[in-house]
Amino acid sequence: MGAREEILDNVRKNQPCGRDLPAVPMFHREGRPVTETFAAALKTMAGETIERPPSDFAEFLQRRFPAAKNICSAVPEFPGGKKPLDFPDWASPAAIDVTVVRSPLGVAETGSVLLSEKELGVNTIAFLAHDIIVLLDPKRIVENIHDAYAHPAFRDSNYAVLLTGPSGTADVGGIVVHPAQAVTTMTVIFWPES
Amino acid sequence: MRPIPLAENSAKFVADKGHEGHFDAKLWMIRQKRDAMARTIPEWEELRDLASAIKEHTLSNLVHYLETFEASAKRNGAVVHWARDAKEHNEIVHGILKDRGATTLIKSKSMLTEECDTRPYLESRGIVVTETDLGERIQQLDHEPPAHIVGPAHQKTTADVAKLFAREYGSDPASREPTYLANVMREHTRPLILEASAGLTGANFAVAETGAIVTVTNEGNADLSGNAPKIRICSVGIEKIIPRNEHLAVFVRILTPSATGKRITQYTSHFLGPRQGGEMHIVLVDNGRSARLGMEKFWTALKCIRCGACLDTCPVFRRSGGLSYESTYAGPIGMVLMPALDAHRYREFPKASTLNGSCTNVCPVKINLHEQIYEWREVMEKKGEKPFVEKILMNAAGRLLSHPGAYRAASQAANAFVRILPRWAVYNPFNTWGRQREMPAPASETFHEWYRKNRKHRGK
Repeated sequence: MGAREEILDNVRKNQPCGRDLPAVPMFHREGRPVTETFAAALKTMAGETIERPPSDFAEFLQRRFPAAKNICSAVPEFPGGKKPLDFPDWASPAAIDVTVVRSPLGVAETGSVLLSEKELGVNTIAFLAHDIIVLLDPKRIVENIHDAYAHPAFRDSNYAVLLTGPSGTADVGGIVVHPAQAVTTMTVIFWPES
Repeated sequence: MRPIPLAENSAKFVADKGHEGHFDAKLWMIRQKRDAMARTIPEWEELRDLASAIKEHTLSNLVHYLETFEASAKRNGAVVHWARDAKEHNEIVHGILKDRGATTLIKSKSMLTEECDTRPYLESRGIVVTETDLGERIQQLDHEPPAHIVGPAHQKTTADVAKLFAREYGSDPASREPTYLANVMREHTRPLILEASAGLTGANFAVAETGAIVTVTNEGNADLSGNAPKIRICSVGIEKIIPRNEHLAVFVRILTPSATGKRITQYTSHFLGPRQGGEMHIVLVDNGRSARLGMEKFWTALKCIRCGACLDTCPVFRRSGGLSYESTYAGPIGMVLMPALDAHRYREFPKASTLNGSCTNVCPVKINLHEQIYEWREVMEKKGEKPFVEKILMNAAGRLLSHPGAYRAASQAANAFVRILPRWAVYNPFNTWGRQREMPAPASETFHEWYRKNRKHRGK
C-alpha cells in the first residue's frame, strides 16, 4: 500500500466521531473611521501612514529617500526607473532601493495591506527592496480580518501576502528591531484610485 | 534510549543564574504582552471557542479535508507528496533536490522539519542548508536545536549572540545592540538567500478549500524562501489542515497575540501555486499523527497551533532553558506530545509540571493540557516507567501502608530518628524533596498518638 492510502486508512480508522463546524461571525463593531484604526494599527507595527497623496511624488521620494537610486514602480501613477518585469531573475530585486506598489485591500484592525502577484508581477520586489511604499485607496479598507478573507486574491492568486509593517525580529534580546531579512521601512499612502 | 534527565539538565541551567533570570524574565514578559493584547480583543474568548471547535471538526473529518486539500493544491499546480514518517519526508525532500541538481537550500522555521531531523539528513548528503529565521540561524551556527517553538534562541543573551557572531562572522564582540546584531545576520544571510537553488517552508495552516499553505513570520523569511528560488517545498503536518478562508481568519486573529503579544505578524503569507517559472511541492507528513487521532484522551493535542503560549506561562519551562528537554517539543505541549512517541525516553516529562492549569488557560485552541499531563502520569505508572529508586520506595511504602501496625511503628521511629540523625544523613541523595528545601520540623507526636489521647473515647 502506498503512503497516501496508508495514511488516509489510518486516519479513517482513528478519527474521532464527527464534530460540528461552527459558524464564524463577522465581529463587526461600530467605531471610529477605518482609516484612523488602520493608521493606528500600522503604527504599532512600525509602519507609517500618509493620509493624502503628495503633490509632487518624485520630490516626496527624493526627500524621503535621498540616497535612493533604484526605484521600482508597479503603479501607473509614477514611472520609476524600473518595472517589476525588468527583473526576470527573482533574486535580482535585491538591488531595488524603493518599491512602489498599489494594494487592492487594507485591513483596519491590523493595519495590513494585501499584495499578490497581480500587483507585484515579480513577488520578490515586495521584500527584497530596501523600502516599500504602498498606495491604498481608503475606500478599499475593510474593518477586520474576517472581511479581508472574502477577497478573491486569497483563492485566485498563486501568492498573496498580508503585509503589516517593515520586517522585524525579536530574536536577539527579546527587543523588536528592524529590519530583519526583508524591507526596512513600510509607508502606506492613502491615494484614491484614478 | 536512556530517559532524558530533564530535572538534572534543568538543575544545571538553573545554576547559571544569569541565564535563568534572563530566560524567565523574557518569557514572562511575552506572557504579559499576550494578556494585554487579548484584553483589547472583546471577542477573545469566543475566538478561542471557535478555534477549538473548528480544529475538532476538522480533525474528526480529516480524511475528507485531506482529500479536499490535495485536490485544491493539485488544481493550483502544486505537486502533493505523502510521507508516513520522518524518514519518508526526508527522502522525498532530498529526492526533489537531487533530481533537480539543487545543492543549496534556504529554509524558514518549521517545527516539523525539526521533528524529522531534516537539516542533518540533507547536510549529510551534501546539501548546504541555511536557516533564514534569525533565531533559528543563531541556533544553527551554535550547533544547537531550537530552545523554544517561537523564539529558537530565547535562552541566549545579547552577549551570547555577540560572542557567537564575532566567532562566526568576525563582528564586534563588544557590540551587543540588537539592531547591530540583526544587521550582521542580514548582511551574511542575504547573499545565501539570493544564491539558493531551492527554498523550504513549514506551514502554520493549510486551507482545504483553496489549497493554500499559510505561513506567519515577522522577518519575511518564509516569503524569501518561498519566492526567491524556483523550487519551493512546503513541509506540512496533516493536522495543519483547516476547512476554508473564513476559518483561517479566526486562527490569524489568535495565533500572533498568543505567540508574541502582537496583533499580527508583519508577513501573513499564502502560497497557493508555484511562482512564475517555478515549481511547488507540498509534503503531507503523518509521523505519528494518525495514531494519536485514535488516542481517546490525547487526540485533542493535535489542535496545537504551535504558538508557544503554554511554554511562556509554565513556571517549570521558564526555569529549564528549553534545551533541558532534549526534544523538539518542550514545556506543557511537549509533555503531552512526546511521551506518545517513546514512553521510556520521555518518562520524566509528565512530572515536570505543577499542574497549575495555566497552560490550559492560555491555550488559544483550548487543549486541556494540564489534564493530559496528569493522564500521562497515570500512563507512566501503568507502564512502570519510573526510576529504580522510586520503584523501590513506592513498593516499600505500599507494603507499609497496607499494615497499620507497621506503619505506626515506622512513623514513630522516623520521627525519633529525624531528631537525632546528622544533617548529612537526613539530606541523603535519595531525599529529592530536601534537595532544594528544608525538611519540616518533626511533629512532637504522630497523628495516631494524638488521636488516641484526644478523640478515641469520645462519642462512646
